[in-house]
Amino acid sequence: MPELGRAALVAAFGLIFYAVVVGGYASYRGRRRLLDSATNALFAAFAAVGIAALVLVAALAGRDFSFDYVARMTSRELPLGYTLAAFWSGQEGSLLLWLLVLTGAASAAIALNRRLVREALPWTVPIIGSVALFFAFLLVFVASPFATQAAPPDGAGMNPSLQNPYMIAHPPMLYLGYVGLTIPFAFAMAALASRRVDERWIVVTRRWTLAAWTFLGFGILLGAKWAYEEVGWGGWYAWDPVENAALMPWLVATAFLHSVMVQEKKNMLRVWNVVLVAGAFLLSLFGTFLTRSGVISSIHSFTQSSIGPFFLGFIAVAAAFSIALILSRLTLLRSKTRLESLVSREAAFLYNNLFLVALALTILWGVIYPLVSEAVRGVAVSVGAPYYDFFAIVFGLPLVLLMGIGPVVAWRRASLRSLASLLVVPAGVALGVGLVLLLAGAGSSPAGLVGYTFAAFVMTTIVLEFIRGTRARKSLGNGGWWSAFSGLIARNRRRYGGYIVHAAIILLLIGAAGIGGFSTHEQGRLSQGESLAAGDYRVVYTGSEQQRGANAQEVRANLDVWRNGELVGTMQAGKNRYFAEQQTSNEVGIRTDWLRGEDLFVIADTFNQDGSVFLKVIVNPLVNLIWLSGLVFVLGSAVAMWPDAREQRRLAARFAGEGAAVARA
Amino acid sequence: MEAVALALGALLAAACVVFVARPLLRQGREEAAGAPNPEEETRLRLLEERDRSLAALKELEFDHRTGKISDEDYRALIGPLRRAVGEALKALEHEDRQDREREEVDAAL
Repeated sequence: MPELGRAALVAAFGLIFYAVVVGGYASYRGRRRLLDSATNALFAAFAAVGIAALVLVAALAGRDFSFDYVARMTSRELPLGYTLAAFWSGQEGSLLLWLLVLTGAASAAIALNRRLVREALPWTVPIIGSVALFFAFLLVFVASPFATQAAPPDGAGMNPSLQNPYMIAHPPMLYLGYVGLTIPFAFAMAALASRRVDERWIVVTRRWTLAAWTFLGFGILLGAKWAYEEVGWGGWYAWDPVENAALMPWLVATAFLHSVMVQEKKNMLRVWNVVLVAGAFLLSLFGTFLTRSGVISSIHSFTQSSIGPFFLGFIAVAAAFSIALILSRLTLLRSKTRLESLVSREAAFLYNNLFLVALALTILWGVIYPLVSEAVRGVAVSVGAPYYDFFAIVFGLPLVLLMGIGPVVAWRRASLRSLASLLVVPAGVALGVGLVLLLAGAGSSPAGLVGYTFAAFVMTTIVLEFIRGTRARKSLGNGGWWSAFSGLIARNRRRYGGYIVHAAIILLLIGAAGIGGFSTHEQGRLSQGESLAAGDYRVVYTGSEQQRGANAQEVRANLDVWRNGELVGTMQAGKNRYFAEQQTSNEVGIRTDWLRGEDLFVIADTFNQDGSVFLKVIVNPLVNLIWLSGLVFVLGSAVAMWPDAREQRRLAARFAGEGAAVARA
Repeated sequence: MEAVALALGALLAAACVVFVARPLLRQGREEAAGAPNPEEETRLRLLEERDRSLAALKELEFDHRTGKISDEDYRALIGPLRRAVGEALKALEHEDRQDREREEVDAAL
């Protein structure tokens, strides 16, 4: 059925082209029927792309090697889960996923707010359509997943590094994040184009932005977990360009989620907010370009292709369009409200924004510098971890401090005296924790010690915020402690959901400081019966074994694990030799101590002819808090995103006659 | 198989054409889309100001109750905020009155 797939993509391209041209004309001339027709074309394009996606899924599930894409990405012995995940493991499938998610999200966002789009923000349709048109163009004319060939007897298989459960979920999460950022961008630009710069675009896109940001953040963590297990160097984040590509839009979207509150509360930062929305979107395009173009060498990049120039051209056009539109609406956007005090919540948000954007820009410079250097000087250079670590500390530590200080500063202005009195307890706890850790020997890593001290400061502030809020609600006579606590969160979901997300960031900081500052590394060649000690652990090599897996020959070193003189279990580490792919992968051994949050991480680097094995043994303290932080992060986001019936009623009343659909967003 | 694919493709194309053309076949007067209406914009701005002032008042009360804001600062801030709420409500009332008058004039004509 490749013809059906191709036809569906051509139909989608035609429909999206119609949505852009007719939608643009209808918006310009104020023609409602034409706009409805263009909107329907966008909906129909989603259906057409859905059919194309189903054709590809059917081809993958049936291992139809007459599809060039299926033959390049899978093999007969590849397990079904990975075979289906091959949808997004190659370039053409990834682009199709992008277009599917984009047309789906666009259809949902427009359908939920159809009256608003029709009456106030008609430009949403052609703007969203333009982004979709670019991807449809690539799929139809440059990188079709439906190219066919004479079917070979077997496929080339999947890169062994991709054969990991986390790699099934990681790319779709990132794409949901990247694509999700198109929605606030499209509504913001439509608001500018329609000269409707009130709060409606913010209200409509609030949850879309939060959802996209959550998917992106969780996707980054899934990628880190994959790298930790699959790449096998014992770390979790290596400032790889593709990792950075997802981190940059996430940082800018984080800045936006904070600064948009200042606009809602104080009607300030209106220009800044549209700049951030456009920046997050452009960086999400740039991220896709980095991952998919093959211009950079990365452990996460599995593609070499010719789509790079198209992407760069589109990013340049989108950037020029955004800048021109924002500049042309500056007078409409300028706010009369000024900052009342440098010690206020809005000022804290402003500082937070400056640090977040500065961090994103320094990462961006680190990513593009090698490309610029090669293009201008013809010299290939690489920007290493020390550069990123330096700026992560310089901008990251003040950000962590602000996470502790910001929540206790009042809006408008706060006196330094009342601020100091609120920070006495967190500061005391932080100093106490720092002192105890110093006495316990944590001074071996000054950065780790500072990280833990700051973490104690912020965590105490968060806990105290919950206590103060609950006590205040209870004092109003709202039942018992539990009812006051649940009422507090239910009536202030964004604030307390945000605090839970802050707690997640602190868990991540503790985990990162643990693995970065206090891990133990040992290595050595062991014959059967010999052992290697690392930290409290001793690993004894008891022999090796080989077995045939589903699609690979597996060799494993068997290890006894001793801790403080006591046998606590066994584990295996080894390698897989994949048949179809003719490649070998490291299969690390990980033994988790959930109580301590630490991992014993073993890499069997070399199996020698004499039966000995070269082992690398690493003890990673607190690393599991990084993964736990992902769950807490999702919980906090869910709390912040959960619809608030009271707020929806208020917004519905405000927008009555203006498009009550806004309240459903 | 190719024939089935072609038939499905043709069916898809026909369905898309009908779906996209449907709004164009609607009877009745064409309403303008997306043109800003100054009265509607003013009203929306006033509603946003009212909601913003009310939310700020609520926030100030909560911050005071949780000890984030001193009594002195509270006393200094509460007056202007209450005035802002009052002004926003008054401006909205004025706008409503003007709307009603306009409607009455329109009805009389």
